[in-house]
Amino acid sequence: MTLLYILAFVLLCIALNQLFKVFELSRDLRGDKLYKTTDSDNKFNGRAMLLFMFIFFGFFIWQVDTYSYRLLPKSASEHGYLIDSLMNANYVLVVLVFFVVNGFLFFFAWRYHGTKDRKAEYIVHNNKLEMIWTIVPAIALAFIIIFGLKYWNEIMKRNNEANPIKIELYAKQFDWTARYPGADNEFGIDDYMQIDGSNSVGLDTLDTRCKDDILVKNEFHIPVGREIVFQFRSRDIIHSAFMPHFRAQMNCVPGQITSFRFKPVVTTAEMRKDAHVIRNINEINEIRSKRGEDAIDFDYLLLCNKICGASHYNMQMKIVVDTEKDYIAWLMKQKTFKPIAKK
Amino acid sequence: MEHNTHAGVIEGHNLHDHAHAHDHGDHHETFVSKYVFSMDHKVISRQFLITAVVMAVIAMVMSIIFRLQLAWPGEKFAFIEALMGRKWGADGILNPNAYLALVTIHGTIMVFFVLTGGLSGTFSNLLIPYQIGARDMASGFLNMLSYWFFFISSTIMLSSLFIEDGPASAGWTIYPPLSALPEAIPGSKLGMTLWLISMSLFVVSSLLGSLNYIVTIINLRTKGMTMTRLPLTIWAFLVTAILGVLSFPVLFSAVLLLIFDRSMGTSFYLSDIYIGGKPLEQVGGSPILFEHLFWFLGHPEVYIVILPALGITSEIIATNSRKPIFGYRAMIGSMIAIGFLSFIVWGHHMFMTGMNPFLGSVFVFTTLLIAIPSAVKAFNYITTLWKGNIQYTPAMLFSIGLVSSFITGGVTGIILADSTLDITIHDTYFVVAHFHIVMGLSAIFGMFAGVYHWFPKMFLRMMNKKLGYLHFWTTFLGAYGVFFPMHFLGMSGVPRRYYTNSNFPLFDNLLDINQFVTMCAIFAAFAQVIFLINFFYSMFRGEKANQNPWKSNTLEWTNPVAHIHGNWPGALPEVHRWPYDYSKPGHAEDFVPQTVALALDEHDGGEH
Repeated sequence: MTLLYILAFVLLCIALNQLFKVFELSRDLRGDKLYKTTDSDNKFNGRAMLLFMFIFFGFFIWQVDTYSYRLLPKSASEHGYLIDSLMNANYVLVVLVFFVVNGFLFFFAWRYHGTKDRKAEYIVHNNKLEMIWTIVPAIALAFIIIFGLKYWNEIMKRNNEANPIKIELYAKQFDWTARYPGADNEFGIDDYMQIDGSNSVGLDTLDTRCKDDILVKNEFHIPVGREIVFQFRSRDIIHSAFMPHFRAQMNCVPGQITSFRFKPVVTTAEMRKDAHVIRNINEINEIRSKRGEDAIDFDYLLLCNKICGASHYNMQMKIVVDTEKDYIAWLMKQKTFKPIAKK
Repeated sequence: MEHNTHAGVIEGHNLHDHAHAHDHGDHHETFVSKYVFSMDHKVISRQFLITAVVMAVIAMVMSIIFRLQLAWPGEKFAFIEALMGRKWGADGILNPNAYLALVTIHGTIMVFFVLTGGLSGTFSNLLIPYQIGARDMASGFLNMLSYWFFFISSTIMLSSLFIEDGPASAGWTIYPPLSALPEAIPGSKLGMTLWLISMSLFVVSSLLGSLNYIVTIINLRTKGMTMTRLPLTIWAFLVTAILGVLSFPVLFSAVLLLIFDRSMGTSFYLSDIYIGGKPLEQVGGSPILFEHLFWFLGHPEVYIVILPALGITSEIIATNSRKPIFGYRAMIGSMIAIGFLSFIVWGHHMFMTGMNPFLGSVFVFTTLLIAIPSAVKAFNYITTLWKGNIQYTPAMLFSIGLVSSFITGGVTGIILADSTLDITIHDTYFVVAHFHIVMGLSAIFGMFAGVYHWFPKMFLRMMNKKLGYLHFWTTFLGAYGVFFPMHFLGMSGVPRRYYTNSNFPLFDNLLDINQFVTMCAIFAAFAQVIFLINFFYSMFRGEKANQNPWKSNTLEWTNPVAHIHGNWPGALPEVHRWPYDYSKPGHAEDFVPQTVALALDEHDGGEH
């Protein structure tokens, strides 16, 4: 049977070869120059360019229309509004340029498709035109740079508020631990040599400030309306703390402490009532029920956003934004750090 | 062999009367010296091209495998087990480490082996001697070494796919400590060692090639070929080679320090690490140092990838619009500006690393400046089409495709370059969309354009036009279908390099976007089969080429349709004008080759 297949395949190859030979012979005998573009080729491809433009622009508009409600909901942090407004302004500009410049390209590609009876115009350069399209982008970019840097400086500024909440996010393969400084409002110093089962984030047990530090896993809470100063550490490799709903991100680098601050302005409960969020969650739950999975509710998330190994895709922690009262009540219930002192 | 080594020597004794010395049979070349260890730039160019095609096919198949995982996580695909083996694809499901390995090697192959080695290697080698009117490269021997280092480097990279713990899997940027610690990920065992060795050899190849390109362009231009009469392809290759020479050694230093950290206990990049159940001794290093070193190469690298493609496009758009390239000097100026700026923008990859925010501000400024020369280039291409008489060869289609993807991917760069906006989209699919469109698509379109256009110079035959059209339109549609929707994934907060997004219920309703992307990717991959058939069929059985099939002005079309040792049978051609006299008034034909002398009242370079 196999032999028959092989035989059939070989015969097919021979037949195809003969067919191509006939084609090549007739091509060479007639002396056609098949590679040469004809007027009808040019017309066809010119039209295809224009058609492509409509398909492309239509595809873009369709995506904006169908996907936009799935994008991140409104910012849950104060500075996020700055980012979102700047982002929207940039999108307007960028989309405009996208349409206009691609539009010119495809329009010209169609309009000036070649014909035998025409000759191109000998145009070498035009200083005026070139000045215009150097200066106009330069001015537009100046605005982008100025606003970008203005907001960047505001977001990265230290010491916005006198008494911020301090939280440390500690990353390791493949989970997160949040640490609160406790009653003394000061973090104890860390020492990676002391890491063991009872001291998973590597605190220096000799530092008395550690004694009241609070360590939590799986989820951590933050109060609405208070500034949170995060410091980030990593036990092993580079991770990145990404909190997309808060428009916040910072790498966690071993051997180094990095930081980021933001003020949450929307509690988890409030965000669950947001129309945009409800629409998405309903859609997600519909999909999940079809797969026989439990329904979920909206939650803020901390994700790892720097490739960190096999379970990188699953390195997450839930964030809950509470009212200050609920936050304090939650914090009171958490255990403080109790290491087994080393000798 | 004695003619083979030094183009300068050939030129010296052979300008006029020794033409016959270049006919076949005069010197005894064996198969090995002619096709394997050849020092002829035309052969080396083809060697680079074929190697790059093989590497590109491998990297593309990898992308299809991991795209299947992203679209249908947990679905069983029998062929995945067949291809990847039981360890990496048990029951037809890709395992997470294998996923990361594929992503890493896909990126590495595409960026370095296809778009750097393949693109520059093929077209710099083919076109530099041809278009400047030289017998060969300045050093044929170094040129040969450049290819064989590239070949060994490719082989080592591919061999790492077959070892027990799998190839490097820390992402193509191989940030330590992930890449430094074998405990962190299996790919950082032998796989990473092979990656580092392979890349070191790649740097050698790149340097040998680039130095040769620079020297050849500066020293071996034929009579009359001034710098401002060079085709823009050559300018692009020159700037690219300079970028390569200045930046690849820095990659090498980064790699070397990583090798030390991995095997000699140094701590350049390591500090305060507890892994595999024990603390490491290394203290005081910083992974941020690696990021600085890596991106000091990494950013110029994206221009090393894109500039040759832009050069190729400039030439093809002018030829097929039957019009001079608009703003020749502005094009050169923008290339030099882009090249210069590319060295002072690397920090925009590092806004979120904890680098000082003030330093971030500086990089925002320099990065956004690059938009200006880039915009000038895009506008100049479009204006070249304006009032042209466009001949739609497959090469022309791909060139226009390049301009479109350069615009579409370029504008999202404005968003990513803004540190404020980068906070939310850094390392998300928005970035993946951006660089695949602006760098991946543009460069590969440029490469396709170059292959279709210069196929007659490489293989003395023509590629099939109709298949070329089909290839372009299916690729163009498929490619935008793959990468455009990724912007929306990124804006929804989906991080890169996730094995599956379904571990976050929050991303469940984005799965249909991923499925659409994967289907487009499969469609686009099949489109490449059309190209491969056309390419290999035409190589042996295509229509025979004539001397100047595209009615082009540049020097490579003035020599006969044959691979002559020394390129021109008689004296080297003499150049009298710039290469863009298309449709010049006062001439009967719509092109005037560079070898045609200026008339008495005629000005050169479009001067009136």
